[in-house]
Amino acid sequence: MTSPIPPLARLQDAQKRYGKVQALAGLDLDIPAGQLLALLGPNGAGKTTAIALLLGLQQADAGRAELFGLDPRQLAARRHIGVMLQSAAVPDTLKVRELIALTRSYYPDPRSVADCVALAGLDGLMERRYGRLSGGQQRRVQFALAICGRPRLLFLDEPTTGLDIEARQGLWKAIRELVAQGCAVLLTTHYLEEAEALADRVVVIDGGRAIAQGSVAEIRAHVVQRRIRCVSSLSPDIVAAWPEVGYVAREGDRLEIVADAAEAVVRRLLAEDPALCELEVQRAGLADAFIELTRKHALPEAA
Amino acid sequence: MMDAIASRPSAAPWRAYALEARYEFLRLLRTPSFALPTLLFPNVFYLLFGVLLGGGRGGGDAARYLLATYGVFGIMGVSLFGFGVTVAMDRDQGLLTLKRALPMPPGAYLLAKTAMAMLFATAISLMLALLASTLAGVHLSPAQWGLLWLVNVAGVLPFCALGLWIGTLCTGSASPAVINLIYLPMAFLSGLWLPLAMLPDIFARLAPVWPSHHLAQIALEVVGHDAGGALGMHVAVLLAFSAVFFFLAHRRLAA
Repeated sequence: MTSPIPPLARLQDAQKRYGKVQALAGLDLDIPAGQLLALLGPNGAGKTTAIALLLGLQQADAGRAELFGLDPRQLAARRHIGVMLQSAAVPDTLKVRELIALTRSYYPDPRSVADCVALAGLDGLMERRYGRLSGGQQRRVQFALAICGRPRLLFLDEPTTGLDIEARQGLWKAIRELVAQGCAVLLTTHYLEEAEALADRVVVIDGGRAIAQGSVAEIRAHVVQRRIRCVSSLSPDIVAAWPEVGYVAREGDRLEIVADAAEAVVRRLLAEDPALCELEVQRAGLADAFIELTRKHALPEAA
Repeated sequence: MMDAIASRPSAAPWRAYALEARYEFLRLLRTPSFALPTLLFPNVFYLLFGVLLGGGRGGGDAARYLLATYGVFGIMGVSLFGFGVTVAMDRDQGLLTLKRALPMPPGAYLLAKTAMAMLFATAISLMLALLASTLAGVHLSPAQWGLLWLVNVAGVLPFCALGLWIGTLCTGSASPAVINLIYLPMAFLSGLWLPLAMLPDIFARLAPVWPSHHLAQIALEVVGHDAGGALGMHVAVLLAFSAVFFFLAHRRLAA
């Protein structure tokens, strides 16, 4: 064993096929204690299937899924997890207080109701029926249901979909607080800035396999490109022909350039357009890395 | 003290079972499209056909017969809709998936729905008993009232199993229609609205096919209006029917 502490959850060479679709083609995934692991991948990459195996909702055709060293279908294993599923409906006619009481009753050592209310921001909502809450409030209730059992491992499947920026940041804050308390999190998200803001480690999957993993910085390092923005009168067609320039677009009086290395391009820009201003150089974000990684991965298979 | 006991994983589940049942009941009680028809229809029909049109004010045969059969009619509705529609909706909307992912104790989901159906069955039995004993002037011994209630409460099981199976096959939006297509003809063909003797002979010969006929015969035996079949046979048919449909549903849910 390379790691002295066993992971909380693990997929080993997990394979799953639905009819003709190979959803997982031998995925290995370790979720270590106390970390937030973001699972990223385009639609159909196998994220949902990976979670379904870890939650015991489905069984792998081959390979293993383990939760706290047990089969995830065992109740004892699931007593230490919390779940927020993307497509999970909660009974509309029950009050928030009732939903929390019911979910807490499943766990041996649940979080106090007051803590749940504080963490999820449910002040003043306890006596309201779930169906009469706004979309953002409903997501907060779902989050409260996920954390009310004092889980050691939290599954958050697209937790902030449909939330406005303020609500999203409120949820991020709560997630950080939980991780600081030692709770491990498996997060899937469409918002790469969410993974960037929260994740200790990122696993990118595509075609049912892990194609890259590491810290956010390590994943970003997969793409060396820089993004250059400036106000300039230079024609995008001319700039696009320069060496090291990958892509140029004009938006109003602004140029946006993606280049392998910024220095030579910036030098030339300044030389050719003395009036150039508002120059900005950025390292490619996780989103760029993600697009690059999944594109590279898709090419050999398409060929 | 309670906390110390409840924190032992093996001791916690009774509370989960109790809450699951309680909230399943509340959830449906707060759904007017479920609670109103299932509670009102058997009583309104009884009032109409057993009391007003049946000339049953003097505690006549019609009032006694229909007291038994509308009880069966009422608990069929509660069981079929309470299982069929909610299971189908819970599957559609992902609640069942969430419950399976959560550490809900085994069987709590189905036990809660069964308890809900039994509670509604008790409410229907009480309301019918109230109408029958006051407006229709039906006199039964305390043992007969108790037995009628017992038949109604235990009688939910075969229809819960059938409803569960329908719920595992249909979508949430299709299931009410499918259930009505089974529920209403079966009620009529089992003699729940009219004694089978008033219908062409073929219906009486077909009747043993329907589980509701067997339950109705048991209820009618309590009030002295059954067709004379063996009680053990009716019970055996209902048990077998429950087991088969529960097995079919269980196989669908496990798949």
